[in-house]
Amino acid sequence: MTEPTPKIRIRGLKKAFGPKVVLDGVDLDVMGGTSFVVIGGSGTGKSVLLRCILGLITPDAGSIEIDGVDVTTLTPRQREPYMARIGMLFQNGALFDSLSVWENVTFGLTAAARMGHGPRLTRAQSRARAGELLEQVGMDPAVGALSPSELSGGMQKRVGLARAIAARPEILFFDEPTTGLDPIMGAVIDGLIADCVRKLGSTAIAITHDMASAQRIGDRVGMLYEGRLIWQGAPDTLFDSGNPVVDQFTHGRREGPIKVDVRT
Amino acid sequence: MNGILDFVAGLGRAVLDMVRMAGKVALFGAVALSHVVRPPFYWRTLWGSLVEIGYFSLPVVALTALFSGGVIALQSYTGFAQYHAQNAIAGIVILAVTRELGPVLAGLMVAGRVGAAMSAEIGTMRVTDQIDALTTLSTNPMKYLVTPRLVAGTLALPFLVLVADILGVLGGFTVCVMKLDFSASAYIAATIASLKVMDVTVGLVKAAIFGFLITLMGCYHGYHSRGGAEGVGAATTAAVVAASILLLTFDYLLTDVFFSQ
Ligand SMILES: Nc1ncnc2c1ncn2[C@@H]1O[C@H](COP(=O)(O)OP(=O)(O)O)[C@@H](O)[C@H]1O
Ligand SMILES: [Mg+2]
Repeated sequence: MTEPTPKIRIRGLKKAFGPKVVLDGVDLDVMGGTSFVVIGGSGTGKSVLLRCILGLITPDAGSIEIDGVDVTTLTPRQREPYMARIGMLFQNGALFDSLSVWENVTFGLTAAARMGHGPRLTRAQSRARAGELLEQVGMDPAVGALSPSELSGGMQKRVGLARAIAARPEILFFDEPTTGLDPIMGAVIDGLIADCVRKLGSTAIAITHDMASAQRIGDRVGMLYEGRLIWQGAPDTLFDSGNPVVDQFTHGRREGPIKVDVRT
Repeated sequence: MNGILDFVAGLGRAVLDMVRMAGKVALFGAVALSHVVRPPFYWRTLWGSLVEIGYFSLPVVALTALFSGGVIALQSYTGFAQYHAQNAIAGIVILAVTRELGPVLAGLMVAGRVGAAMSAEIGTMRVTDQIDALTTLSTNPMKYLVTPRLVAGTLALPFLVLVADILGVLGGFTVCVMKLDFSASAYIAATIASLKVMDVTVGLVKAAIFGFLITLMGCYHGYHSRGGAEGVGAATTAAVVAASILLLTFDYLLTDVFFSQ
């Protein structure tokens, strides 16, 4: 019996900005229906990794396969159907502040309908759909009428989550979903994420530097350091990984192999 | 010697940077224009931009035109009264307003108002990842954000300039009749006699091009801003400065093309 194809397979992914090497040969397999959590310090290229998969940044080298197809070799038009299968929750929510909350939530559905994928909904139908999605992330549908700027950080994250899952994507990305939230709200968001991923049966990649969060969301965890995934393992082995770099990071020690340059 | 070489090298780099930038801007504009004919179309954004540019700029453009027409009348009078050339003033006003003052002043006002607002809005969307979010939600950000704004700028500026033309003439008329005691009917007759369809038409063509350039600068600089609030501020300044310089440069070139034969 052959190995099943991973939903996402990355090999030798490299990206530099000018002289600054950010990704230096990342290899990563994420099997369908599982969640992979990437941990790593600030500025180590975690967001760049997700952006490369999304096609927002063109990598310098390496391959990114989705369902066995290397999307880096496709034209933007050929790539579109693959991108349409990915939902993304951005680090700060990235809600459209010129639109109301419910228009934000159904933005992707409306866009897909415009391109001829999926049914065209009337405004009333869209609004009702937005209400259901908001309820899924534990919010009152009445919030739909507000503007994103009227919401707290935690609520913005939830609306971002509702927007990301609206099209029932096969793949979900979460960029630091709990950063900037208090621990309780963080736990709530983690719970919602785990819930949504399970209900949709999606494959997920989440970025975090919160260990509790990593253990709540992830089926597997990997650490990005100096442009590579230097360690992968089960979430419950995070604190005794046997890898000195991971150890220093998860225990938050000042001394260790990771040199923190406080001047940068 | 070294100082001169450094200076020349610096000059060369600056010129190269400008050429590179011009190429990037041209490509950006071309991509945005290519979406004009490819659905889907975002009518709501187009309408919003039309209202923002065409309607909400009316007060500033109207006031500027009114006073400029008045100033031209007053300056011509004080300059030419000794030659008993009062009859020429109506002609001078309408020529100056339709050919130059209308398009250039309306353009500069819109560059300050709309160019700045546009680059700030799009720049904020860039640095808060909203533009990337559009892409992940099956929406082409060029088509959604840039194309409707360019079209709106190109359509709205001629309308504003038409208004500026009328109010500029009205400004000159008001000064001449109320302050200088000219005969109203004679002024109107002289204005109509000097009114040239060609002048107005060229002014409106200039306006359309200015409208395109202003919105192009606003969108380009906003779209490529980076580095948080500070970056957005820098982009806004760059957009207004670039739009104003481009506008005056194109004004000269277009005047050369249309009027120098
Ligand atoms: N578009 C870009 N242009 C230049 N440098 C970038 C760009 N995007 C990210 N970087 C740089 O790449 C590095 C990694 O960024 P990022 O992936 O956002 O880090 P993080 O792991 O905190 O998410 C940072 O040093 C950042 O300055
Ligand atoms: Mg990041």
